[in-house]
Amino acid sequence: MKYLCLVYGEEKKIQAMDDDECMEYDAAIRKDGRCLASEALQPVQTATTVRVREGKVSITDGPFAETKEQLAGFYLIEANDLDEALGMAAEIPPARVGCIEVRPIRQLVNTRGETRII
Amino acid sequence: MSREDPTISDDARTRVGREVDAIYRSDARRILSTLIRLLGDFDLAEESLHDAFTAAMEQWPREGIPANPRAWLVSAGRFKGIDSLRRRARFDESVEEIAAQLGTDRHDEPAPAEQSVPDDELRLIFTCCHPALPAEARVALTLREVCGLTTEEIARAFLASPPTIAQRIVRAKAKIRDARIPFQVPAPADLSGRLETVLQVIYLVFNEGYSASSGSALTRADLSGEAIRLGGVLMELLPDPEVTGLLALMLLQESRRQARTTPAGEIVLLEQQNRSLWNRDQIAKGRALVERAFQSGRVGPYLLQAAIALVHAEAPSAAATNWKRIVSWYDMLLSLVPSPVVELNRAVAVAMRDGPEAGLSLIDRLLARGDLAEYHLAHSAKADLCRRLGRSADARAAYERAIALTRLDPERRFLERRLEELG
Repeated sequence: MKYLCLVYGEEKKIQAMDDDECMEYDAAIRKDGRCLASEALQPVQTATTVRVREGKVSITDGPFAETKEQLAGFYLIEANDLDEALGMAAEIPPARVGCIEVRPIRQLVNTRGETRII
Repeated sequence: MSREDPTISDDARTRVGREVDAIYRSDARRILSTLIRLLGDFDLAEESLHDAFTAAMEQWPREGIPANPRAWLVSAGRFKGIDSLRRRARFDESVEEIAAQLGTDRHDEPAPAEQSVPDDELRLIFTCCHPALPAEARVALTLREVCGLTTEEIARAFLASPPTIAQRIVRAKAKIRDARIPFQVPAPADLSGRLETVLQVIYLVFNEGYSASSGSALTRADLSGEAIRLGGVLMELLPDPEVTGLLALMLLQESRRQARTTPAGEIVLLEQQNRSLWNRDQIAKGRALVERAFQSGRVGPYLLQAAIALVHAEAPSAAATNWKRIVSWYDMLLSLVPSPVVELNRAVAVAMRDGPEAGLSLIDRLLARGDLAEYHLAHSAKADLCRRLGRSADARAAYERAIALTRLDPERRFLERRLEELG
């Protein structure tokens, strides 16, 4: 089962961390196949939000939600169940200064009952 | 159909019916927990449990009651569940795979074994109390799945509407399924953290039954009884000093139930309670559990609270209570779990040990810090100490504040009587 671990935190605190530790953890969980994708994000002032309303594209400066704790990166992981996913999330280094939101991945199914081909 | 079978006497049917009822009451939740493990789905397991008991009512009058009724019901439930999945599979290919998987599993493992059953109940408790579920849902789900209360009964106990409770349960089950919350006892490394939420749920159920947080009835004995039963089940499955401590704490508090309210439902404070009404049997059980838990050498917050309750339970009167020991237990408790409510209780014990002045200065400091400004018991404790010191104006102000903050009718009436007595 796939889970997306969203890394949130105050940017100052997250940026104060060395990348070394994050790269080390990332390498470890990629090596044993539990990490499918992962990236760190540029600071939130680089964010742009896109919406389409009644066919009209609107573009706004900034993130979707203006909060103290910002989305700073993500890991797409493979775990047997939520307990395993939570265990992996707890080892993501920024968990110590921010928090990790763990979301199960939903399988897309079209009206003909077909799933996405990856 | 067997119902029309003339060879079975009504007498036999009644006898079997009684037996099935008894098995349902004693074993249905355990059978359910095994079916959840085997079928991997709460709703399917519940449906299959129902089907298994229906099958028993049909077959047992004809074929006799099996030697091991529980194993019979587990295996009947499992077949019904797989059948039901196969029927669904005709409409949905993805289910077919699961049904096939469950069907072939049968040969790999021994028939659903009796000895696996107690562990299943523990799995069920940990899953229902999983920290990934909202706290309110944990309580509702535990009462529904582990205790077998109906949605209506849970709603009545928590003064909520049945649809609200039903929705909480449905959402929790959806999260268990969609986020794949595992049906397992946590690994040893995670056990103590996970046990915390289980103990919280049990103690919350107990307290909801012991001192309802709002409404007109002060106690709802059924919920407390259910919490004590659950604590006993958990202790058998998982002998941990905190589990033992919680069970002791609940028994020792429960022992005072008869004495803590008048027949009309009015509050009687600990110091005024008729101690001959305390349940000696529960106190003896509580004492034995406290002693056993201390022998393990690990001391946690529930055990310390039980130790405090035990000092009260063994004292012949409020004045003759070992307040020195109570204060030292509170000191230890505060070092483990710093909390303003524990500080307040400690201040009251200090007042009993050293006199109202000493207690009052602690409470004033606590209130000045602001943590307990909205907590009615802090103001009523202050009022009581001011009253003892003859400071009527301060006592009156504090009683009035407490009355404004309390949500429970009997507590309000009690405080109003105290206020009147001030003259």
